Amino acid sequence: MTEPRKLIIGVGNPDRGDDGAGFAVAARLRECLDHRDDVRVMQHWGESTGLVDAMTGWGNVLIVDAARSGAIPGSCRTFDVGETGLPSDLADMSSHGFGIPQAIELARALGTLPAHCRVYAIEGATFNPGAPLSDVVQAAVEDVAREIMQSLESVDA
Amino acid sequence: MTTRTIKVGALARVEGEGALKVTIRDGKVKHAELNIFEPPRFFEGFLQGRAFTEAPDITARICGICPVAYQMSAVHAMEAAIGATITPEIRALRRLLYCGEWIESHGLHVYMLHAPDFLGYPGAIELANDEPEIVKRGLAMKKAGNAIVAMVGGREIHPVNIKVGGFYKAPSKKALNGLVEKLKQGRDIALDTVRWVAGFDFPDVERDYEFVSLSHPDEYPFNEGRIISNRGLDIDATAYPDHFEEFHMPQSTALHSRIKERGFYFCGPMARYSLNFSKLPDIAKDVAKEVGLGTVCKNPYQSIIVRSIELVFAFDEALRIIDGYQPPDPPSVPIAARAGVGHAATEAPRGMLYHRYQLAEDGAIEHATIIPPTSQNQATIEEDLTTFIPQWLNMNDDDLRWRCEQTVRNYDPCISCATHFLKLDIDRD
Repeated sequence: MTEPRKLIIGVGNPDRGDDGAGFAVAARLRECLDHRDDVRVMQHWGESTGLVDAMTGWGNVLIVDAARSGAIPGSCRTFDVGETGLPSDLADMSSHGFGIPQAIELARALGTLPAHCRVYAIEGATFNPGAPLSDVVQAAVEDVAREIMQSLESVDA
Repeated sequence: MTTRTIKVGALARVEGEGALKVTIRDGKVKHAELNIFEPPRFFEGFLQGRAFTEAPDITARICGICPVAYQMSAVHAMEAAIGATITPEIRALRRLLYCGEWIESHGLHVYMLHAPDFLGYPGAIELANDEPEIVKRGLAMKKAGNAIVAMVGGREIHPVNIKVGGFYKAPSKKALNGLVEKLKQGRDIALDTVRWVAGFDFPDVERDYEFVSLSHPDEYPFNEGRIISNRGLDIDATAYPDHFEEFHMPQSTALHSRIKERGFYFCGPMARYSLNFSKLPDIAKDVAKEVGLGTVCKNPYQSIIVRSIELVFAFDEALRIIDGYQPPDPPSVPIAARAGVGHAATEAPRGMLYHRYQLAEDGAIEHATIIPPTSQNQATIEEDLTTFIPQWLNMNDDDLRWRCEQTVRNYDPCISCATHFLKLDIDRD
């Protein structure tokens, strides 16, 4: 059985503290998945039309981004958005009003949303310009990268 | 006196954060103010003490939509300050890069931000639900613009290949030729876009604006030209501080701007078009004529047509540049620090963007002034609201709110540039 191609997109801004969580997960996965040609890992700044374009043609996409929803910093929530959108507390993750939730809904409207699309939202602690990842988010990055690796292995199995 | 109040929590489809307050008393618009409450971003302060060579990379961070504009004004101002002269090949490649940014920005605004106003949709997602193929056209154009910026600038957002004196690396002719088919398709989509938006219903309004834009003897303006207006202004960028002044209004963290002699003015696509129609290529002129748009446009709601015509221009210009492209070799001219003052104005997608830098002997930036188009247009947006709203006071609150938002979006305001946007508060009888 041929598995669907999988795209992993780490979204964020590495120069804004924990907003770099998505980039960090992507970087970690790149190290681990260098030998896999059925999985592609990319980093993306989160501009929504670019995200729509990036997802188009893929059957299975994982998106990792930081969140500021009021949850416990370092916690990670996952959402399968192939059928339904992100919850409202994550609807305005971008200060520009057009981010991942809008990209998902736009792709859905255009009929290009991958059949399997999962969002990992890592709750950030600090988003200060130039700040490194906080310790709790750095730990979450490792956990999420490990979880994604395990999910890939379970698919392979 | 009776009061009627309409409030909107957040005005969408603009870039950034701010608010709008309209006060209506006794059936008249007493006051309209654009409240930009984005905290000041202090970029001009950040630049002080930094090397003149750092300005294009620092100023690019002012905006994720129009970083190229900041880079272009910065490099030209720095080159003026240090006395560097770029080659025609570098100049052409900068124009190509600017084409990419105009395509990205205008494509996004026309389809995702502004068209829903005219078609009765709350946003692009709802439009896409009903008309996916139309929205895909907009995305296809934006993707073509992204491809230009990525190839010339090194990446799609916040390009990294731009330096004072030119580029770090010039793309090969072969690489640019690889864009040609996509750009031809984009030009065709842009033509269809002009025809599509020209069929929208537009409020029948006009204002006698003072249009201000760059003007070049031979070209539709991007990077070079004198600053002119339809009321006799004709100056070099070095004279900008003599004729323009910024001032603070309590409702905004972004400075307002006016011409010292006369007052508020209009910069952006409608100004460029109205002052430079003759410089457009025939393909753009012809489609303007086809859809019945004159050589001057004073109806800000029709700015969506003008932006679409500028999309035709930008695609056509990109194809022209690629056709004659000779890679600049070397990709940059030598530069050396010296004390001096440099000014430059270039045409960002939203309008004229002025930079001024004062450099120390070692090239350190002693003083920086950056005046983005949205801050220049703030007062004119407010005047539009004051002028146009009275004829729509019979609208219900929801419709009037919609019209006010649309009026602001005519300008494609970039609040994060001007400092971010937008909540709306209408207070009326």
